[in-house]
Amino acid sequence: MSDDWPLFEVFIRARSGLEHKHVGSVHAADARMAIEHARDVYTRRQEGVSIWVVRSSEITASDPEEAEALFEPARDKVYRHPTFYAIPDEVKNL
Amino acid sequence: MYTQALDSPIPDARPGSPAGQAALERRFEERIERDEKIEPKDWMPETYRQTLIRQISQHAHSEIVGMLPEGNWITRAPSLRRKAVLIAKVQDEGGHGMYLYSAAETLGLARAQMLEQLLDGRAKYSSIFNYPTLTWADVGAVGWLVDGAAIMNQIPICRCSYGPYARAMVRICKEESFHQRQGFEIMLALARGNPEQRAMAQDALDRWWWPSLMMFGPSDASSTHTAQSMRWRIKRFTNDELRQKFVDITVPQAEFLGLKIPDPALRWDEATQHYLTGPIDWSEFEAVLQGHGPCNQERLQARRAAHEEGRWVREAAAAYAAKHGGLGAGPRSASCITNPRAQGSVHE
Repeated sequence: MSDDWPLFEVFIRARSGLEHKHVGSVHAADARMAIEHARDVYTRRQEGVSIWVVRSSEITASDPEEAEALFEPARDKVYRHPTFYAIPDEVKNL
Repeated sequence: MYTQALDSPIPDARPGSPAGQAALERRFEERIERDEKIEPKDWMPETYRQTLIRQISQHAHSEIVGMLPEGNWITRAPSLRRKAVLIAKVQDEGGHGMYLYSAAETLGLARAQMLEQLLDGRAKYSSIFNYPTLTWADVGAVGWLVDGAAIMNQIPICRCSYGPYARAMVRICKEESFHQRQGFEIMLALARGNPEQRAMAQDALDRWWWPSLMMFGPSDASSTHTAQSMRWRIKRFTNDELRQKFVDITVPQAEFLGLKIPDPALRWDEATQHYLTGPIDWSEFEAVLQGHGPCNQERLQARRAAHEEGRWVREAAAAYAAKHGGLGAGPRSASCITNPRAQGSVHE
């Protein structure tokens, strides 16, 4: 049994004006083949107008164990949201 | 979908004290209880991981082997429209296999290993695909009944606790609906046809009905995995519950077609508001699962032949990639292909 081809993560732009979004992954010998596989696997129904592929091994991800340290500090800063501020109803356009 | 190719270690590979282990398990159970999704790099009990690997890889194999019974009729489809539809459907099944292999890989099993398990006969796949498609009506019956049963099984998995599996299933369910409708349309055309065509439709229903009911798996009383899978929210309904739902929606559809369900004991039960079926012959299910169905050998041989016949293509692609730096070195950054000119530049 031969080894797998490298794995590529696939990102697709659904239509112009939207960002590329992660949709899944494909194995391929090289980036060009990854694009072709991604096209066959993820866009059979016009789901996209543009594809990015990137080798999975090139992605560095945050550790779920560090999620608290990374994201908790934002929790008590509700003053970053407009609804934090009490403005009388009579005041318009604010 | 993230996979084992990511550069950080799998958390549960780290040595931990028994107390630490218990705390991790408690936190995991609480997350499940809150209906949170579990993602690939999150800590999970080894049995949860193994259960998912088994279920998702079997599901993937089923999609891949499922291409064979229908592929059998592509060259003999009765019209160009039917042929185009059937090709699209079989392509979808291949795509579904790919989504699912991707999801299974996020749990740490390489795709080559899964393929190896399928080809050497260790892996299981849905027993339904070991039945032959003898006539064109079988293509209709497969779409209507087999895809119908698959949808019934798959819709609850869209809410499965494991994120990558749930996301793959959302995509699959969206695509699956056309499969069932085109199958019913074939049955409808035959049911409204001449006596020979009606007989063909009835014959297909006679042969596919019971195997379709068996697709939901053993009855709850003898299912070994159901309770744990439901606790982990991998499954949301038991095998028998899903089978009953399928029977309840399918019987009226058969009546519409003017076809007779091959079960003399079938009746509407006023008290429970369900259709009750006669007993399922589980010895047939077990036999097919053990490799003694009508097509087990043929299906595996077809997969092995496809793998062997594709070998030179894989080798040529790998050689080409190696020569052009695609394997090994590889492009250092994401290949952002948005126009033909950019596509060329990646490979210079």
